[in-house]
Amino acid sequence: MSGNPGQLRVDAVGPVSDSAAALPAPAVELTDVAARLGGHRVFSYVTLTVRPGEFVALLGPNGAGKSTLLKVILGLVGHTTGTVTVLGAPAGRRNRAIGYLPQRHAFDADTRIRGIDIVRLGLDGHRWGTPVPLLSRLLRPAHHRQAGQRLAEVIDLVGAGAYARRPIGQCSGGEQQRLLIAQALIRRPELLILDEPLDSLDVPSQAGISALIQDICRTQRVAVLMVAHDVNPILPYLDQVIYLARGGAVMGRPAEVITSDTLTTLYGTPVDVLRDRAGRLVVVGQPDAPAHHPGPSR
Amino acid sequence: MQPHLSWDLVEDVRQMLAFPFMVNALRAGTLVAVVAGAIGWVMVLRRQSFAGHTLAVVGFPGAAAAIWLGVATGWGYYGACIASALVIAALPPSARRGGLGGFGEESAVIGTVQAFALACGFLFVSLYHGFLSGLTNLLFGTISGVTGTQVQVLLLAALPCLVVLAVLGRPLLFASIDPDLAGARGVPVRLVGALFLLMLAVAAAGTSQITGSLLVFALLVTPAATAHRLTARPALGVGLSVGFALVASWVGMTVAFYSPYPIGFWVTTVTFAGYLLATGWRLAADRVGQRRRPGSAVASAAARGMPA
Ligand SMILES: Nc1ncnc2c1ncn2[C@@H]1O[C@H](COP(=O)(O)OP(=O)(O)OP(=O)(O)O)[C@@H](O)[C@H]1O
Ligand SMILES: [Mg+2]
Repeated sequence: MSGNPGQLRVDAVGPVSDSAAALPAPAVELTDVAARLGGHRVFSYVTLTVRPGEFVALLGPNGAGKSTLLKVILGLVGHTTGTVTVLGAPAGRRNRAIGYLPQRHAFDADTRIRGIDIVRLGLDGHRWGTPVPLLSRLLRPAHHRQAGQRLAEVIDLVGAGAYARRPIGQCSGGEQQRLLIAQALIRRPELLILDEPLDSLDVPSQAGISALIQDICRTQRVAVLMVAHDVNPILPYLDQVIYLARGGAVMGRPAEVITSDTLTTLYGTPVDVLRDRAGRLVVVGQPDAPAHHPGPSR
Repeated sequence: MQPHLSWDLVEDVRQMLAFPFMVNALRAGTLVAVVAGAIGWVMVLRRQSFAGHTLAVVGFPGAAAAIWLGVATGWGYYGACIASALVIAALPPSARRGGLGGFGEESAVIGTVQAFALACGFLFVSLYHGFLSGLTNLLFGTISGVTGTQVQVLLLAALPCLVVLAVLGRPLLFASIDPDLAGARGVPVRLVGALFLLMLAVAAAGTSQITGSLLVFALLVTPAATAHRLTARPALGVGLSVGFALVASWVGMTVAFYSPYPIGFWVTTVTFAGYLLATGWRLAADRVGQRRRPGSAVASAAARGMPA
């Protein structure tokens, strides 16, 4: 691998707002973080800040370490250097206030559990015990009703009402994705961490889900960190983007980061960013994977 | 007195219950069916049937060794099953999703272990001369040999198993469906998986004592698979699974009492018939459902076929 990834660190462009004093405490703050997986350094010197109510996209080629970065924030993968603060605590401490959508492959066709039950697991799946629907209706009617209402609310929010009661294995990939987004939203998280949520959605659904996430982000002051391969559906909503490549990261406003100059510095090879008449960005010449990438990531 | 079947069902049952060994057998069958039905439903959900079968087969050399050494067979079953569950749980986790330890879908490993276990069992049976008739009992089950102590041991094993299942319930479901997410939310996925393997070992060891080591699936898998066919609701599914296992166990024992064939055969026949019916019902229901919402079926088929 050519060069030290440390060189790639373009000084973090920092929070976008003008008055530093009025800024709320960051939802996610990483300083000089490095992570290793299976003996490989995935990335290093990653510094970033996501504040409540901010919509941030995490971009980069396959194998750049986007999913790994999210797992570091969730405390599922340890970091070797630097500090990670999430919702005011070290990584992993406040995960129940985080809505997480892992990157995934579809459920097997013969998984015979209803979508609605899977969404419900997002609410209280971590709590010990076995829920008996009849018993909880009798013993804790108010609680039972509230949970039911919240469930109906999020399913309605993502527009999954028509298939929520079908076994999830029989839902299409996009339908499963919507149900899982509902699962991530059901606890009214303070931070949303979404790994390719628009993956396997058709173009109108991408626009719909992006607008929904933007709406939650703005009205409920939820910080959103979303991995995407195509930035265009979310481009109008983004406050910041983080570009991850070759073991380093750049963060800043989309207009500052998604430019030919920045990406050329980041990748170390000439990269062009073109803008079509509709304002859509096209990145040309971007290498597919970092040089040390040992093979397909999954 | 030789029991004979009449058309008077009440009289038949009364006649059967006049034999103390039959009362023991029915008690044991009930305990075993409840545990196997509940644990089996989760096992089918987690796709760990291979592990379940391996645990059951490993119970056979355990029991044979117990007989050879002159201890109660129950110890052999529980000892061998729990020990091998601990070994599987200690294997490094497989990279594949849904895999269990290194056992994932490595049917070659499973096959090797099962063959060796059967061979060991046969060795112990041979070492204990004059026991070859007991071989059928160990492999295909018996209703005649269930003792009062054995019922007590089954109860002592079943109670903690069911209590642990009730405590683990929701996180176990979460970790089975979506281990990544469950882990992120603080569910100790590895520990929950290991505890489940232990419960599976208890269920397999208990069931082996009734249906025999080779026909454990009659109570552990078939009722659960039938329930999965019929409903996608977890609570209802577990209930149905336990219900089917109970019915199969009772009917199997009653028929075995009046016939010369071993109980394992009858339990298997009953559950298999139920499974066929449920599969037929499912196919018919799906076809009707598709006809009822042709639009959405076409739309989802199109979405599935479309490149992402
Ligand atoms: N468990 C693991 N052990 C060793 N290396 C791993 C492991 N998981 C991922 N990696 C490696 O770490 C790197 C980053 O992987 P990661 O999944 O974070 O990439 P990504 O940016 O999310 O890619 P994609 O766009 O394909 O989802 C890859 O080179 C991958 O091969
Ligand atoms: Mg990824």
